[in-house]
Amino acid sequence: MKLLEFLKRERKKSASVAKERLQIIVAHQRSQRGQPDYMPMLERELLEVIRRYVHVDDDAIQISLDSEDNCSVLELNVTLPKS
Amino acid sequence: MAKIIVVTSGKGGVGKTTSAAAISTGLALRGKKTVVIDFDVGLRNLDLIMGCERRVVYDLVNVIQGEAGLNQALIRDKRVENLFILPASQTRDKDALTQEGVAEVLDKLKQDFDFILCDSPAGIERGAQLAMYFADEAIVVTNPEVSSVRDSDRILGLLASKTRRAEESSDPIKEHLLVTRYNPERVTSGDMLTLDDIREILAINLLGLIPESEAVLRASNQGVPVTHDISSDAGQAYSDTVSRLLGEDMPLRFHEMQRKGLISRMFGGGRR
Repeated sequence: MKLLEFLKRERKKSASVAKERLQIIVAHQRSQRGQPDYMPMLERELLEVIRRYVHVDDDAIQISLDSEDNCSVLELNVTLPKS
Repeated sequence: MAKIIVVTSGKGGVGKTTSAAAISTGLALRGKKTVVIDFDVGLRNLDLIMGCERRVVYDLVNVIQGEAGLNQALIRDKRVENLFILPASQTRDKDALTQEGVAEVLDKLKQDFDFILCDSPAGIERGAQLAMYFADEAIVVTNPEVSSVRDSDRILGLLASKTRRAEESSDPIKEHLLVTRYNPERVTSGDMLTLDDIREILAINLLGLIPESEAVLRASNQGVPVTHDISSDAGQAYSDTVSRLLGEDMPLRFHEMQRKGLISRMFGGGRR
């Protein structure tokens, strides 16, 4: 029975896996396009500071820089664990 | 006024030099006065693909540093009228290229030529950035393979930010996608990204599709750009690509699996 299931299970085509992975990584790359070079460093250091007070995961912090006409807004979202 | 076109990709080994050689040959065959410049200082190979490696005396770096005149460094193609090659230096380090020097060379070439093709080195370092900096148009060479597509997207980001047109906020560089080493059989079996997948992800205008072909290696072995092999699939595909670059409307070819006839099946007729 198990053998039958194994044979029947359709293997996901590798090209569609490639496409999904690419769509994710390219979207991520594009979100960083045009950002100043210091952003990854800023993100790391902010995370360090927060960690002095509360333990958060690496992906608990989201940082983005939006530019409008004559000012830029740095948006920082930190998800804190339930205490 | 000459058009400056950079042939770029980010990733190495996807067919930049092959494409630069084939497209510049195609342009010259249509009567356009064309020069193709190798920007890969230290690792020049365009001369080899164009079959003029034994005629290199002076190179781009010599011209920039004032050791030779532009006309001394330009190599006239043996096969096609109107085609010239400006080789890269083999010995010096990459810092030998300066932005001002490159600007000066391009300004001089602009007065004489219809098309200036810049064959970019792989990577996103100085050489690659200088090759794209002054471009009016970019041909982004991409293989149907994850790392190549990702790197092409990175290059698109640089074209939109680290070029003269971007810095001066003038009309953006016209970006063209050139998919190379495409294998319709593998696409059909589900093991290769389809052309539509690549177009959807990169979202730029498609200039051409070059099938994986034995003719490409044969051409580089001989130092004859594959455009001259007009009976080959790759040669025809590059010729179509050149037509589109010149604004002609050409239907896409070689993107679908060809059914093999009885005879080719019996005799194992491979790719031309």
